[in-house]
Amino acid sequence: MRHIISLLMENEAGALSRVAGLFSARGYNIESLTVAPTEDATMSRMTIVTSGSDEVIEQINKQLNKLVEVVSVMDMNEGDHLERELMMVKVRAAGAAREELKRMTDIFRGRIIDVDAQFYTIELTGSGSKLDSFLQAIDRSLILETVRTGACGIGRGERILKL
Amino acid sequence: MELTGAEIAIRCLQEEGVEYVFGYPGGAVLFIYDALFNQDKVKHILVRHEQAAVHAADGYSRCTDKVGVALVTSGPGATNAVTGIATAYMDSIPMVIISGQVPTSYIGEDAFQEVDTVGITRPCVKHNFLVKDVKDLASTLKKAFYLAKSGRPGPVLVDIPKDISNQKCEFGYPQSVEIRSYHPPTHGEVGDIKEAAQLLLGAKRPMIYAGGGVVQSGAAGKLAEVARLLGFPVTNTLMGLGGYPATDKQFVGMLGMHGTYEANMAMQHCDVLLAVGARFDDRVIGNVEHFSQVPRKIIHVDIDPSSIAKRVKVDVAIVGDVAHVLGDLHAVLHGSKKTPDQQALGAWWKQIDEWRSKNSLVYRNSDEIIKPQFVVEKLYEITRGEAFVTSDVGQHQMWAAQYYKFDQPRRWINSGGLGTMGFGLPAAMGVKLAHPDADVACITGEGSIQMNIQELSTCKQFRLPVKIVALNNRYLGMVRQWQEFFHGNRYSESYMDALPDFVRLAEAYGHIGMRIEKPSDVEPALKEAFARKNDLVFLDFKTDQTENVYPMVPGGKGLSEVILAEDL
Repeated sequence: MRHIISLLMENEAGALSRVAGLFSARGYNIESLTVAPTEDATMSRMTIVTSGSDEVIEQINKQLNKLVEVVSVMDMNEGDHLERELMMVKVRAAGAAREELKRMTDIFRGRIIDVDAQFYTIELTGSGSKLDSFLQAIDRSLILETVRTGACGIGRGERILKL
Repeated sequence: MELTGAEIAIRCLQEEGVEYVFGYPGGAVLFIYDALFNQDKVKHILVRHEQAAVHAADGYSRCTDKVGVALVTSGPGATNAVTGIATAYMDSIPMVIISGQVPTSYIGEDAFQEVDTVGITRPCVKHNFLVKDVKDLASTLKKAFYLAKSGRPGPVLVDIPKDISNQKCEFGYPQSVEIRSYHPPTHGEVGDIKEAAQLLLGAKRPMIYAGGGVVQSGAAGKLAEVARLLGFPVTNTLMGLGGYPATDKQFVGMLGMHGTYEANMAMQHCDVLLAVGARFDDRVIGNVEHFSQVPRKIIHVDIDPSSIAKRVKVDVAIVGDVAHVLGDLHAVLHGSKKTPDQQALGAWWKQIDEWRSKNSLVYRNSDEIIKPQFVVEKLYEITRGEAFVTSDVGQHQMWAAQYYKFDQPRRWINSGGLGTMGFGLPAAMGVKLAHPDADVACITGEGSIQMNIQELSTCKQFRLPVKIVALNNRYLGMVRQWQEFFHGNRYSESYMDALPDFVRLAEAYGHIGMRIEKPSDVEPALKEAFARKNDLVFLDFKTDQTENVYPMVPGGKGLSEVILAEDL
């Protein structure tokens, strides 16, 4: 099953490779991994999207907790949570397709953030599956480039990941 | 007072009470060696290869409860140390390894003797550091010692660039250390311990399975108290030997691939299993599915939560220091009105005695040819079971584990997890330094000993009179055994041609060599060797070439699918 695991870790050189190394050394899947500093400059927050059996997910959580630089770990799937991912898609937007792409962008509540006589760059935010749906909804041959941030997650309500 | 980074490093070692540093100098650590030169509190043992430095520090740590310390230079110094670091990591041995690094301004430029030491060692250390500011050096070393020793122990590496070791700053050694992301557990949850006690007291066919965690946490006494209170059978893993007295009547021997028949059968057929400081690894329980076929309740005590439920599902997980948990468990059991079901326990022991009567460690001795098991038995007798025994890896390691009955912890020093050939001799050096008056034997083979034979020179320089008991069968014995069993007797590259004359080799290094070819000479030779208190003696026993280690649970098989000597 797909899990979103969030963790806080010391904002130190090498911390990211410890996490990435753990996943490759133990053969765990990584669908996506994002990391950025938090409001506390000494800490980074990482979101890992992974998949595996319950036993594997339990091991992943334990192994992450074992890393000395990891401050705390939360498996988002253990409670209500929000998931967001940002995608930018550059498409060929000429002729009849131009209007259609604008319409699809509106339907998916995206924005066109760069316009050119030939091209649009569309920005879209949402769950990973929403972004997938958008890519399926538009004419594939028009897609020139896509870039996605990978998912980040946050617990709903009182579920807070803090030191 | 301002000190250089090198002086700070040495002062930190002094503050930690480090007696010995095992190392090898080189360009990137010249300032540190200079600082070593100007003091005499920390003694340096100059090895002949960095791998041996780490193994020696490891052996020193295993036979004491101290942190072993090794010092190596950058590049090849660090890469040579990696095998030693990985060995310590797999067996959870507390160590601090200090490595030199090229100056900070050179890092990343493929400088001479540059290697990404922190990157290379990352998967085989508990933690590692690259020191980028001399002001961080003292606190980093403090953290390194704390991390190495606390929680589940392990090796910690500190990489010090050459310029850092020559820069100056004010020195003050931190009195305490606080790492906000690191809180090793101590006591187990009281509720879990009570639940465990109830399960144990209700057991019909109980079993205690104890591993290296018992030795590491100094819990041997507590384990014996719990075991004796309950009257349950106890088995040890390879790493746990000595954690429970081998001559005790409740001890059923080592379990696992080459464990006794009774230990493996009891493990397989028990209904309540208390696992303490052990991790159900593949060499212990064999095939997980086969093991899990038999329904049993498992209580697992370990300081590392990731060791629990990694390979087998458990019913009661107790995360905590083994010594604390066993102490608390004993108190709960002692205070309980309920006692074990004596009738069921009696029947269980009767069954175990039946398995025991198979005498699975029996071997056919000979008047003509030296049996390796016989050598270990004689070694046990002559050293009254009190020697510190290190070993290398292979058949001789298993025979040592099977036939030398360890009654005390920290006497059996071997590379269990990584299985590192070449471990035995350097480890014995560390042991001999820690216990200069004790008998120290290195049980080895002609294959393993050659992987770090250069340390005979270190032994000469530092007068380390260890006794090398080489079971020389002119084969890479364990490889040969697997080839015989599983590869149609095709002995691919397992015969060691052109072996050196070990007697003359020992003599060349300034030691005494003895060749023993007749069973009747085994005992006198061992007696003579151990009577020579101040000499390193290399005992080259020419043993039976075709002897195999029994019992054997083949890889991937279940614990009851065992090959016994009598089956063949």
